Amino acid sequence: MQPILSLRDISFSYHNLKGETPALSHIDLQISEGSFVAVVGPSGCGKSTLLSIIAGLLAPESGEILYRGLSSKDYCADTAIKIGYMLQRDHLFEWRTVYQNMILGLELSHTLSKENTDYVEKLLNDYGLYAFKDKKPSELSGGMRQRAALIRTMAVHPDLLLLDEPFSALDFQTRLAVSADIASIIRKTEKTALLITHDLSEAVTLADRVVVLSGRPASVRCEMPISYELTREDPLKIRSTTAYQDYFNQLWEVLNDGKTNP
Amino acid sequence: MAKQIPETASSVSPRQKAFLRAHHRHHHQVAFCRAFLLLLFLGLWETASRLSWIDSFFFSSPTGILRYLRDMLLDHSFFTHTGITLLETVVSFLLVTALSLLTATLLWYRKSLSEILEPYLVVLNALPKSALAPLLIVWLGTGTNTIIVAGISVALFGSIISLYTGFCQVDPEMCKLIYTLGGNRRDALTKVILPSSIPLILSNMKVNIGLSLVGVIIGEFLAARRGLGYLIIYGSQVFQLSMVITSIIILCAIAMVFYRLIQSAEHYYKKKY
Repeated sequence: MQPILSLRDISFSYHNLKGETPALSHIDLQISEGSFVAVVGPSGCGKSTLLSIIAGLLAPESGEILYRGLSSKDYCADTAIKIGYMLQRDHLFEWRTVYQNMILGLELSHTLSKENTDYVEKLLNDYGLYAFKDKKPSELSGGMRQRAALIRTMAVHPDLLLLDEPFSALDFQTRLAVSADIASIIRKTEKTALLITHDLSEAVTLADRVVVLSGRPASVRCEMPISYELTREDPLKIRSTTAYQDYFNQLWEVLNDGKTNP
Repeated sequence: MAKQIPETASSVSPRQKAFLRAHHRHHHQVAFCRAFLLLLFLGLWETASRLSWIDSFFFSSPTGILRYLRDMLLDHSFFTHTGITLLETVVSFLLVTALSLLTATLLWYRKSLSEILEPYLVVLNALPKSALAPLLIVWLGTGTNTIIVAGISVALFGSIISLYTGFCQVDPEMCKLIYTLGGNRRDALTKVILPSSIPLILSNMKVNIGLSLVGVIIGEFLAARRGLGYLIIYGSQVFQLSMVITSIIILCAIAMVFYRLIQSAEHYYKKKY
């Protein structure tokens, strides 16, 4: 099957007057439809840059991105895949109600149809936020805010979800619950997801495949498929299996090997 | 009713009651001291001028001012002079607000434009605007137009700079969110920059109204036949100090009313969001 996203030999550097900072070097990555891929790597290695390039916010300096086999040159409205991007912080706008925040994407893409707003209402209902529809975002708890941010992302029916450490602002307990929650929503809707995280246990618990990046400039160090006999519903159960331990230790070794200054 | 009293009594503890009482007492004390200070000042002033401790010809007196105010009200000059100053201030305030919002938006929208214009804005902002007044009189004559332009010139450049700085300080991640949802720079402006800057715009308006008033009074000093600024200058030239002081007091009242109006707009906004 055609992968939904393939990166071929992507490189990118940041430029300023003091010089050039390479961020990504020769990244090759393929993501197949419906998979959940986690990308881990040392902090500041260019993970967020990678997502920005995939989302089309930055243009790569060299290399090629194919969305379902098509490059951005033969991009048109029909073949274009929709990308949903979840940022580190939820950025729910305080001057809008929860519902108005949810339909922001529809507003921006001028697709505020009855069908789409019904879908938003359904999502609000499914994720237990319907009662808070007309509230201000500040009245939601941390976990609810992340779920609201997910609804805002899902409202535009994205084919590919990019998650940029979306749980990093939460406290540990909420984080565990919310990450499992959101991962199960993504699996249920059979979305393809690319999660960036610096939390190895999160990557190992949630993803089908973990991609390890090297330090700056980032390149793909190794890829590791992950599978469990258990379903992924309960993150705590997964975390107590020996398979989880093995995956975690393997990843830990790979990451620590690469460190030039341990 | 009889049932409710013990209920409310039990819900408020004696300590809370004592706290509330102390709180109210403190507020009453503050209000009393404020009023007392004013009365003391007016009383001293009146006594001093009656007993000729000060020359009432130069310092006027509270009763003199009241008498003058009554005369102004009776011959309607109060309304013409206050009205024209109010009108000029409001017009220049509205123009400053609209122009500075527009310019700051444009500067944010086109980064290179802001880079090009930055030194000019800084110089124009630092320039003492009263230095422009003689030029304005030559160009626009003496009258309402000149005074409105003077009011605008005092407030405009600072307002543009502070709005533009505020726009640039909005979290860039919020704009990134707009771009990830398929929006462009104009969407970022209308959905993020402007709505998130409403508190800034309101506090900027507070500054603008004061500065517009300053500019209008400067303008009236130099180029008017009507208005409170004209009365102040005219009164000082003919040694009618009651006229001068009364005009200053009316100006104080105007400034306070404007300030309160914008403050209530701020309260309304805070309540809503």
